[in-house]
Amino acid sequence: MGENRDWPLYEVFVRARGGLDHKHVGSLHAADARMAIDHARDLYTRRQEGVSIWVVRSTDITASDPGEAESLFEPARDKIYRHPTFYDIPDEVKTL
Amino acid sequence: MSTAAAAAGAPPLFRYLLRLGDLSLVLGQRLSEWVGHAPALEEDLGLANTALDLIGQARLLLTYAGEIEGRGRGEDEIAFLREQGEYLNPVLAEQPNGDFGQTMVRQVLIDAFQLELYERLTNSADERLAAIASKTVKETRYHLRYSGGWLVRLGDGTQESRTRVQSALERLWPYTVELFAEDDLDRAMADSGVAPRLSDVQAAWARRIEELLGEATLERPQDRPHAWFGKRGEHSEHLGYILAEMQHLQRAYPGARW
Repeated sequence: MGENRDWPLYEVFVRARGGLDHKHVGSLHAADARMAIDHARDLYTRRQEGVSIWVVRSTDITASDPGEAESLFEPARDKIYRHPTFYDIPDEVKTL
Repeated sequence: MSTAAAAAGAPPLFRYLLRLGDLSLVLGQRLSEWVGHAPALEEDLGLANTALDLIGQARLLLTYAGEIEGRGRGEDEIAFLREQGEYLNPVLAEQPNGDFGQTMVRQVLIDAFQLELYERLTNSADERLAAIASKTVKETRYHLRYSGGWLVRLGDGTQESRTRVQSALERLWPYTVELFAEDDLDRAMADSGVAPRLSDVQAAWARRIEELLGEATLERPQDRPHAWFGKRGEHSEHLGYILAEMQHLQRAYPGARW
């Protein structure tokens, strides 16, 4: 097996069924987007895991900086009033 | 009874099903040689998937062939216990893998043939064959997407990749003539509505291939007369080696099951 040094990395998202979201399932190497779809089909949907595939170059994803996690996410920690847990649910409502 | 005589006396539909089934079986066996050796892990799985599709097609076709023959032979007996002269695949299927480019050229030529053939076989007067074709045609459409993508990528790639696939094309092209060389059996199948006219398949195949070659910036080689007729059991020297490996287990352990 080669190292695929020349092939960029793609992230793969698969929609399991109509109506569901595409979920990140993994990554693979491919020379171009079409090949990435083919590879994703062969690697991630061979046991009927999906009905739709998205691929995107890993370098095209902008990720949040782990070093900024404190300022990005911790302020939400003490704001429990943002959760809808302060209501009395009427008995007639079944599906909340 | 000699094997050739047995084949000649067999029902025409049996022999036709062997032609279809053996093409898938031998090509599937050939492709499976790549497992563990492909240029990338992703390609390894892609090739193995295609090989398994082909062997799955062969199982359906050879099982049906056994029923038509009516001598109680199942898929394993037909796949693994015939002599070389009884295999009726076109010789293109048994040609060696060569480099990855040569494998893809062989694959494109056969995928396009199978696609045009099976699209038409979905309308076969034989309902069982039509049902098998409906399943097969979906797989084959993907096979051609995969191999065609590679043909374009390699043909319109680097100088090295282009030279390699063009030379593979020159080498394999003469074997395509046999795919469309209509004989009495092909005519009988077309006359009874079981199979399409090979001339129709050829015209559609040529259009598809020429379009792909154009996209891949490759040149179509000249048609040349051919000296092989695998469809009648006259094979190149390569089939014997494939069969030796493929049949070893059934011959060493008769009746072995998975």
